[in-house]
Amino acid sequence: MIVNSVLKGVRVVGDRTLKIVERVGATVAFLGLILVNSATSLKRPSLIVREVYYAGVQSLIIILVSGLFVGMVLGLQGHETLQKYGSEESVGVLVALALVREMGPVVSALLFASRAGSAITAEIGLMKATEQLSAMEMMAVSPVARVVAPRFWGGVLSMPLLALLFSSMGIFGGFVVAVVLIGVDNGAFWSQMQAAVDFRQDVVNGIIKSLVFGVAVSAIATFEGYEAPPTAEGVSGATTRTVVTSSLAILALDLLLTAFMLKGWN
Amino acid sequence: MENLVEISNLNFGYGQRLVLKGINLRIPRGRLVAIMGLSGCGKTTLLRLMGGQLQAREGQMRVAGEHLNHLGRDGLYRLRRKLGMLFQFGALFTDLSVFDNVAFQMREHTDLSESMIRDLTLMKLNAVGLRGVHTLMPSELSGGMARRVALARATALDPSLILYDEPFAGLDPISLGVIGQLIRRLNDALGATSVLVTHDIQESLKIVDYVYFVADGVILAEGTPEQIRASTLPFVHQFVWGESDGPMPFHYPAQPIQPDFGLAGRLS
Repeated sequence: MIVNSVLKGVRVVGDRTLKIVERVGATVAFLGLILVNSATSLKRPSLIVREVYYAGVQSLIIILVSGLFVGMVLGLQGHETLQKYGSEESVGVLVALALVREMGPVVSALLFASRAGSAITAEIGLMKATEQLSAMEMMAVSPVARVVAPRFWGGVLSMPLLALLFSSMGIFGGFVVAVVLIGVDNGAFWSQMQAAVDFRQDVVNGIIKSLVFGVAVSAIATFEGYEAPPTAEGVSGATTRTVVTSSLAILALDLLLTAFMLKGWN
Repeated sequence: MENLVEISNLNFGYGQRLVLKGINLRIPRGRLVAIMGLSGCGKTTLLRLMGGQLQAREGQMRVAGEHLNHLGRDGLYRLRRKLGMLFQFGALFTDLSVFDNVAFQMREHTDLSESMIRDLTLMKLNAVGLRGVHTLMPSELSGGMARRVALARATALDPSLILYDEPFAGLDPISLGVIGQLIRRLNDALGATSVLVTHDIQESLKIVDYVYFVADGVILAEGTPEQIRASTLPFVHQFVWGESDGPMPFHYPAQPIQPDFGLAGRLS
């Protein structure tokens, strides 16, 4: 009896693990399919520009407001901690490094997955449910080339730009709290930041991270939409999966990338 | 007359369940042919097989000069450039305007200038009476208007074969008559061949040249509209005259009524 229950549990865990691995494999294969079918989008940049508008520009408000709040909180917490050691003038360094290295790319990617990723999945899923993708196939036009690839590249290009704006807004929020409200020295705030933040090690690495997150979120969002069962329930499930899977992928990739970036790539 | 569609001994199924069994069908060039039957009888499946959206399990299919059995992706796309398809609820691209929907194939498949595309698109919309709505989005159209725009889109590249999947579904009587007349007129004006899958018997019999009746995955009857109206086959008669009882019983098979209503023993 107990052996049977244990075996059943092992079987369930194994089955779920296999399904997760299968899903990851299918997403990566779909990413390959997108890359193979990207010629149309690259020849017609207007298709990508339109998606940058929908995925990027329309996410600006949430990204800027969140960046401002995160930067203000970092300024408050940083000042509170640093003044115990008499180094509250380094609050600018703390805010900038935290944002540029980690919080900018990660939080903006999480927000992007919730705002734009879910919208991409829902849009493609609904296009499938209302036979728009079948209609395109019947017109001898590949939906992967015409619908999926522009949305993918739109997401990939938007992500680093949004992360940069998030970090810039966060630094401004930290400045408002630390310098304007608390009274940290203005010159020390900016000069220490300028001296401590390395363009290659910090800014470029942050951009690389956000590019990788952009690829992951856009691939997951388009895959889930394209594979969504063509029903209301199917599309809603796919949208939820996009947000959950993207968030986990962002955090896992962040760990991996941070480890490589801190210890070097060789 | 040359046949644009030829289907011989076609079998198709999902898993163990056969949906179409031994279908033989010929559609001559220039004709408007209806495939009729009850919901779930396999008529839409037959239409999807003609468009290459599904693969036959057995049998031969030749559409517009192409053998579908051995067609790769490139061949299928080559064939589809000669086809137009009207989906059940139009399937207009919701992120594009009416104008862009109709111009879509011209932009994708031709090198025509934008001014030429503009003129052709407005002509196509004019043919379905909707030139005046070219700036609207699909969400701003009524069901009948959306179907007419989809019809303009399906004929954008003057296809040699037009496939219609339930074009009358959910339309009011006026829109229904308009769509019916447009299907006939466009077929004749373009010199095309059309296949119409429908269960709207009265409207279809007014416009088509020939009818195939599908039931339980086989072709049960065929003929001209006059022959179909005069048919004495019980199923065809029931279908044409809309009788509630006949070979297709009013009641779905169920267990005896007494247990369901708690009357066991009282009515015996």
